[in-house]
Amino acid sequence: MTNHWVDIRNSDVILIMGSNPAANHPIAFKWIQHALDNRGAKLLCVDPRFTQSAAKAHVYAPLRSGTDIAFLGGMIKYIIDNRLYFEDYVKNYTNATFLVNPALKLPGENRGVFSGLKDGKYEKDTWSYQTDAEGVIKKDPSLKDPNCVFQLLRKQYSRYNIDVVSRITGTPKDKLLEIYKIYAGTGRPNRAGNVLYAMGWTQHTVGVQNIRTMAIIQLLLGNVGIAGGGVQAMRGESNVQGSTDHGLLFHIWPGYLGAPTASLKTLADFNEKRTPKTKEAKSLNWWKNFPKYSASFLRSMYGTNASLEEAYQLLPKLDDGANYSWLQLFDDMYKGKFTGFFAWGMNPACSGAHSNKVRQALGKLDWLVNVNLFDNETGSFWRGPGMDPATIKTEVFMLPCAASIEKEGSIANSGRLMQWRYKAVNPPGEALPDGDIMSELFFRVRKLYLQKGGPNSQAITKLTWPYGKFEGKHFHYNPRLVAAEINGRFLQDKTVENPTKKGEFKTFKKGDLVPAFAWLQDDGSTSSGAWIYCGSVSDKGILGMRRITKDESRIGIYPEWAWSWPVNRRIIYNGASVDLSGKPWDPTRAVIKWDGEKWTGDVPDGAGNPGSGRPPFIMKPDGVASLYGPGLADGPFPEHYEPLECPVEKNLLSPQKNNPTIKRFDKPGVGSDLDVYSGVDTCDPRYPFVATTYRVSEHWQTGVLTRWCPWLAEMQPGMFVEMSKELAEERGIKNGDKCIVRTPRGEVEAIAIVTPRFKPLVVDGNDIHQIGLPWHYGWITTKNRKYDKGDKKAEVFTSGDAANLLTPTIGDANTMIPESKAFMANVVKKGVK
Amino acid sequence: MNVSRRGFLKLSGAVTAVSGLGLSLKATAAHAKELKIKYAKETTTICPYCSVGCSIIVSTRDGKVINTEGDPDSPINRGSLCSKGGSIYQMVNNENRLSKPLYRAPNATEWKEVDWEWALDKIAENIKKSRDASFKRTNAKGELVNRTDGIASVGSAALDLEECFTYQKFLRGLGLVYIEHQARI
Repeated sequence: MTNHWVDIRNSDVILIMGSNPAANHPIAFKWIQHALDNRGAKLLCVDPRFTQSAAKAHVYAPLRSGTDIAFLGGMIKYIIDNRLYFEDYVKNYTNATFLVNPALKLPGENRGVFSGLKDGKYEKDTWSYQTDAEGVIKKDPSLKDPNCVFQLLRKQYSRYNIDVVSRITGTPKDKLLEIYKIYAGTGRPNRAGNVLYAMGWTQHTVGVQNIRTMAIIQLLLGNVGIAGGGVQAMRGESNVQGSTDHGLLFHIWPGYLGAPTASLKTLADFNEKRTPKTKEAKSLNWWKNFPKYSASFLRSMYGTNASLEEAYQLLPKLDDGANYSWLQLFDDMYKGKFTGFFAWGMNPACSGAHSNKVRQALGKLDWLVNVNLFDNETGSFWRGPGMDPATIKTEVFMLPCAASIEKEGSIANSGRLMQWRYKAVNPPGEALPDGDIMSELFFRVRKLYLQKGGPNSQAITKLTWPYGKFEGKHFHYNPRLVAAEINGRFLQDKTVENPTKKGEFKTFKKGDLVPAFAWLQDDGSTSSGAWIYCGSVSDKGILGMRRITKDESRIGIYPEWAWSWPVNRRIIYNGASVDLSGKPWDPTRAVIKWDGEKWTGDVPDGAGNPGSGRPPFIMKPDGVASLYGPGLADGPFPEHYEPLECPVEKNLLSPQKNNPTIKRFDKPGVGSDLDVYSGVDTCDPRYPFVATTYRVSEHWQTGVLTRWCPWLAEMQPGMFVEMSKELAEERGIKNGDKCIVRTPRGEVEAIAIVTPRFKPLVVDGNDIHQIGLPWHYGWITTKNRKYDKGDKKAEVFTSGDAANLLTPTIGDANTMIPESKAFMANVVKKGVK
Repeated sequence: MNVSRRGFLKLSGAVTAVSGLGLSLKATAAHAKELKIKYAKETTTICPYCSVGCSIIVSTRDGKVINTEGDPDSPINRGSLCSKGGSIYQMVNNENRLSKPLYRAPNATEWKEVDWEWALDKIAENIKKSRDASFKRTNAKGELVNRTDGIASVGSAALDLEECFTYQKFLRGLGLVYIEHQARI
C-alpha cells in the first residue's frame, strides 16, 4: 500500500475493484465507512459478483472476470477526452512530457502488439526515449508533441471507446459512464480518489498491467502521494508484505535488491548493473545508493568472516534469463529435478494452481519437510485422494511449530507497519518456534560441513548466526537480536558525514545501531539485513513495539504507533502532495507542510526544499512517475488481452487474443502432460462458463488453520459453487444440490449456492455465465477421509477439496502469478453427465 | 494526563461503578465482567490472518489462554475484530494441534511420532546429501554459480519478519535459488 488503513478515512471516492474488503479485510471497512459517514465519500465497486462490498457501494458495476484493462482503459480515455486530468501534477510529476522514439508502434497500429515482438519476447529498442547530445531526455512541456508520452497515452486509449469496452466487459454502458464520471471527479486538488485492490487484479496473465492501468489513472488525477489517495494493494496474509520485504522470492534479496545472475561476475559488476543512472540534473535517483545496501546485506550474511567480494562469490547466482518462480518450480519438481523440498508454513497442495500437478510432484521427491500448526494436505499428500502410499517413495517430516501468540516477533501489515507480537503461552507439547527449528537445522548442517566438507562449504560455515544461545543442547532463538541485525550496526569505529547536513560529522563506535539507511556505507563498515528496515531499532528499543496513540496530524498518521518502513513514513510519495512551491495541493488534508525552515507532518518523501525543482518520485531514476513504463515485459502501456481461457472467440480490440509474452506450459518441450487448457484458440463447449475463485470472511487461505477452528468451520462448513438463478435453471440445479465443477485439470464436488449475486452478462451479444468458488477447503478435514492409526481426529469437519484442483498453470507475463481469477469450467449436478 | 484509550475505559468504568442510582446493579455487572480475566496476564499480539494488522489482547492464566479480544488502543482496529480475528482463542486451545514431530518413511502407510533430535539430524543429513549431489559450481556457460539445484523451498508469509530474514539466510547460505512463497501466488 502507498498509504495505510486509517488513511482510507480521508478519501472522497473509493473504488473497490479486484477485491472484496468487506469479506476479506473486514476491519478495513471501518475506515471506508468512516469516509462515507464523515466525508460523504462515494463508494464504487466493480466485480464479477455482487459482493458484500458491493452491497455497501453507491454504484456497483458488474464486469466479466479478466477484462479490467478494457474497463479502466475506457476510464483513461474518458479522463483525457473530457480534460479531467490534473494538469500541473501530470506535467511536473509524471513522464507525460517525455519524448519517445518515433519508431515505437502502438498495438492499434501494429496488429495488437507493440513494436519489437520476436518469438514471444519484446526487443525494446523502439521503446526508448529521445535524448539530446548530452543524453538528457527530450521533453515537451506543452504536451503537444505527437511522440510525447501524453499524446501516446491519448492515442493508445482512443480505441477504448464506450461501445467496445461494454462489448468486452459485459458492463452496461450507463454503469461504465457513472463510474467514470464519479471517479474522474477526483482530478481536482481538493478531491482524493482511492483504489483498493487484491488478488482480483493480480491473478491474471495481465496482472501487473491491470495495476498499471489504475496507477496511470491515479497519476492522471493527481491522486498519488496525497492523504486519502494512492494505490492500496491489500495483501492476503498478515506478513506477506514482510516476507516479500525479506526476499523470500527467487528474484530478490531482502530490501528489493535484484538477485545476482551468473554474468555478473564480481560485486562491482553486480552493483554497476543494478544501480540506475540518470542524466536528469535535479533527480535524486535514490537507487544510486544500491552499493551501500548490497554491501550491508552481505555483511548481515557473513559479517567479517568474509570480505565483501568473497561473500558475493559464496552466494548462489541465477542463470541469466532463467525463471525459478512457483509454476516453474513445481514443473521442475514434477519432472524429478529436486530430491529435497521445504514447505515451511505453506500448503501448496491446496494453494498451488493445478493442485493435482503439485500433489503428483510431491511424490517425485526423496524428502519433504513440512512445518505447520496442523496436519495439512501437503505433509499428508501421500495419503490423500487417489494416492497409493505403498508406491510413494517420499520421506516426510512434519514438524510442529508455535502459533503467533506462542512466540514473539514482528510482522508488517499492508501499510508497511511493523508491529511487535508478544509471547502469551508456550506452544503445545514439543512444538517449537520456527526460529528455533531453523537454527537447529542450521547448526546441524554446519557441523556436517565442518566435519566432512563439501562443495562451496564456506557458504555455510562462514554464515554468522548470533541469534540466541544454547541452553543445554537446545538453541533458543531470540528475535530481538535478529531485529537489530535487520536494522544494522556499525562493524567498526567510523566517522561519517551527516547525509542530510554537509560538513557535519558524526562518530560511531563498533556495534552502534545505524540510525537510518542514509547512514549505511558501501565499504563494509556497516551491516543491515534489509536496508528498508534500517531505523526500526534504536537506542529506545524496537520501534515496532511502540503503542503511543497520539496523533496531531488531523489525517490519522499516528506516527508513534509502531513503526513503518521506510523511515517511519506513513504515506509514501508524499512529496507529490505539494505543489512546486511546497504548498499542499489540499491544505485541509496536508500530509507534509513547509514551515519556512523544515517540513512538518509525515516524514517527507522526495520533497526537496520548496523551489528546488527536485522531482518527488525519487525511487524512479528520472524522478517522475511512469505513465509510460518501458521496463515491463508486455508493453510500456497496458493493452487489453483476453485471459488464456476465455469465453470469446476474438479480442474485440485487436487480432492479438492473449498476452503475447506469457509462458505457456502446453507448448512442446516446456511443461508436462498435465498442463492442459481449454478454450484457448476457440471456445470449448465442454467448459462453457467463466470461473473465478474467492474467499469468505471465516476462512483464511487454504483453511490450513481456520478449518480446524470449530466456530469458523461451523459458520462456513464446506466447498460451494456460486451461480446465478439463470444458470441454475439452465442446468437443472437447485440451491443446495451437490454439484461437480470440472476443468481439463480436475474436478471438485461443491454445494450449489444459487444467488442473484451473479447475473449473466451480455458479452458482444452473447449471454455469458460466471461461477465462483472459495478456495479454502481441503480433504484433510473432511469426515469421509480414511483415518490411520495415530491420526489426529478432527473434532469438526468441513467438506470438499481445493478449488485450485481446477486452476490453470499459466502466469502473468511479468510475475508468473497464476491466472486463478479467470478460467473456463463446467458445472453439473452430481450424477449428471 | 496522558491516558490511553484502554486506560480511559478502565477509569471511566470504575467511576460509573461507584456513582449514581444503579450502584449495586452496576457493581455486580462490573464484578461479573471482571471475573473472566481476573488474575490474568495480558499480552498484545497482531492478528495472524489478513494484512490489516489488528491488535488483539490475549489474557492468560496459569499458562493457558483464557480470553482473546480486540485491542481498543490500536488506531487501526480500535477494538474491533472480524470472525477470524475473534477466533484465535480456538487456534491455540485446540486438541488437533501438532505436538510432536511426525515421520513418514518411504512407502509407509502411516505416521510415526519421532524425537526432535532424530528428525533434525536426519533432515540435516538429507540436506547435505541432496546439496552435495546437485551442487553446481558453474553453469553451462562456465560461469560461477555456486548453486544447489536439487532442493527447493516455499514459505512463508506466516513467519515473523525476523524469521523471514533468518530463513532466507539459511536457504541462500545453502545455495538455494528455488525460493518462493505466498507472495507469488
